[in-house]
Amino acid sequence: MDFAFSEEQEMLRAAAREWLADRYPADRVATLADGDEGWDPGVWKELTELGWLDPELDLLEQAVLAEEAGYALLPAPWFSSVALAGAAVGGPPSRPATLAWADDAARTLREAANTVSCRADDDVDGWRLTGVKRAVPDVGAAAIAVVAAREHDRVTLFRVDLADHPEVVHPLSTVDRTRRLGELRLDGTPAERLDLDAGVALRTVRRRALALLACEAAGLTQRALDLAVEHAKTRTQFERPIGSYQGVSHRLANVYTALALARSLAYRAAWCVAEDDPAQDEAVASAAVAAARAAVGGCENAIQSMGGIGFTWDHPLHRYYKRAQWIASFDGSPSRHRAELADLVLG
Amino acid sequence: MDFRDSPDEAEFRSELRSWLAAELPPDWGEREPHVGRWDFEAARRWTRNLFDAGYAGLTWPTEYGGRGLSPTYQGIYLEETARIDAPDHIGVIGLGMAGPTIIAHGTPEQKETHLRGILSGETIFCQGFSEPGSGSDLASVRTRSEREGDEFVVNGQKVWSSYAHVADYCILLTRSEAGSQKHRGLTYLLVDMHSEGVEVRPLRQITGDPEFNEVFLTDVRVPVSNVVGEVGGGWGVAMTTLLHERGTLGFALTARLDALFRRLVSTAQKTGAASDPLVRDRIADLYVDLQGLRFTNYRSLTALMKTGVPGPEGSVAKLHWSEANQRLTSLARELLGADGQLDGEGAFWNGYWQYQQLRSRGNTIEAGTSEILRNIVAERVLGLPRSR
Repeated sequence: MDFAFSEEQEMLRAAAREWLADRYPADRVATLADGDEGWDPGVWKELTELGWLDPELDLLEQAVLAEEAGYALLPAPWFSSVALAGAAVGGPPSRPATLAWADDAARTLREAANTVSCRADDDVDGWRLTGVKRAVPDVGAAAIAVVAAREHDRVTLFRVDLADHPEVVHPLSTVDRTRRLGELRLDGTPAERLDLDAGVALRTVRRRALALLACEAAGLTQRALDLAVEHAKTRTQFERPIGSYQGVSHRLANVYTALALARSLAYRAAWCVAEDDPAQDEAVASAAVAAARAAVGGCENAIQSMGGIGFTWDHPLHRYYKRAQWIASFDGSPSRHRAELADLVLG
Repeated sequence: MDFRDSPDEAEFRSELRSWLAAELPPDWGEREPHVGRWDFEAARRWTRNLFDAGYAGLTWPTEYGGRGLSPTYQGIYLEETARIDAPDHIGVIGLGMAGPTIIAHGTPEQKETHLRGILSGETIFCQGFSEPGSGSDLASVRTRSEREGDEFVVNGQKVWSSYAHVADYCILLTRSEAGSQKHRGLTYLLVDMHSEGVEVRPLRQITGDPEFNEVFLTDVRVPVSNVVGEVGGGWGVAMTTLLHERGTLGFALTARLDALFRRLVSTAQKTGAASDPLVRDRIADLYVDLQGLRFTNYRSLTALMKTGVPGPEGSVAKLHWSEANQRLTSLARELLGADGQLDGEGAFWNGYWQYQQLRSRGNTIEAGTSEILRNIVAERVLGLPRSR
């Protein structure tokens, strides 16, 4: 039994943290979040050079990066490209990419493995897709979309080149402005059929995405906690730092406790998925529940500890809170994950 | 990162499993749970069995009768014994607190006198730290020890001393320097509970059990050779004891919570509540708590093995466990509906959950209240200013 990252993985973490702190200070994240695109496309080349998109990176290394990305609130389609599109096709893409699974017939990845409403038709020129794919992450930033569509009576995955068909992309206004959602409105749009088992691919995506999001949640909870602790040490009321009041300090101790548990489960989920361990579905569901609890609750407690300033647009906390909510609502909700766990333990 | 047993760990686990299967009755794991106080003599016999088979003091150095194994093996031991609900070693205080303190700070004679007896269950220890009126403020100790020749004469009163009614020895924190304040002038003594002047009065607790006691000390004479560490240096020794209390506690508590969780599942199935979506949701939530504790223990264990000091994760285990345990037992009793007010014979499992639920109220008070633990996390982990 060894529950620690290796020296190499810790070096990767330190490098990622340093680069993110330098490249994405809070004010730059704020500028990007409030801008039209939500990110700086120039960073893709940098991510590639830094090795964030290396096919050799295993899930534990990606977990390290996801945690640091969460801490810095990296505004770039890295998660969508690696954990969604990349996990579906078996490796990270060379251009920003995403996965479109939800539509009128399927909301979750699990449902999408069985049935979707988006239709694939075989034409003399090749495959064409028709239908609306909903809540597609980072679709405005993506050059490629992997799309789950119905080919006769089964679900298959297709690749759509969004750079060639920009008209199908409809970005939507999203609460989390650093990871936006949008629609794909496909109308006989040409697509390339991917020769893989869609059911297996979507299951893999779900596990990897939830494990990486749990790590991202650990990072952002740590950041929210750091911000609140810093404030509690320096802000004085009634001639004392507010962190000396148990009403504040115990609240933050609770955040730390929830984070410690969520972080353990996030790392464990990443390891279980990487190892194809028999416990991986339980590990992923447990991590997802704990991550949502820690991240959403942690940000709420941090906002409360900050007083009025925590409720302003100018303070960075709300962006962490919104990302926490994004994570908690990914592919269902914590209550769905709990239902899955209940099935496992109660039958 | 690797959660699998190493070949040596796997072998240890499998040997332990076979040993437990041979030592316990075949239907042991399926029996209805036992309610309330343990049978002292049976617990002592079981402890002797554990000792003879080499399962007592797994992490203790071999020269003191232990096996010198890494804490991982203790973790495996706790998991495996909880898995089939095996009885506990009788010497909770001796094994987890007094023994490690004597190993760290004791004289060769003290080690010779006590360590083997703690492992074999011959010597039962109790803890004499808390006092009436002091509660969580351990440094406000008032029990006096005054030196007279080769002896200290001890006067004072201790309270909440678990196992004092059966104990042979007490780890006693005393004020040896009259008028000294707080952490200064304290001396840590090993007191023979059979000495003249020691009076133990059981305190009945919320469950009706007398699990802990008041201890009155009147002119109790303790040889100077029973001082652990330096005279006047008792605070540091006491901190070693508390570090070990919390250090080894996480695994034991999680293992017990695991056993309790399986009983909750069984209760939900027996009462029909297992089909209620709201109950299912709460049980799943508790399951996440349990898994979170388990893997946080693993993480702090790894930190301990790599760095020699327990990681800060360990300090949250007791805090979170106590509240999870309270939620679990309260849910279990709730599942019984009005029958949850019955007790004893005729009640579901003879009132097991009623007992557990009441006992769990102590969890957020004993071994550091939740308030004290939150202060520790806030001040020592988060670096927040001291609360007053």
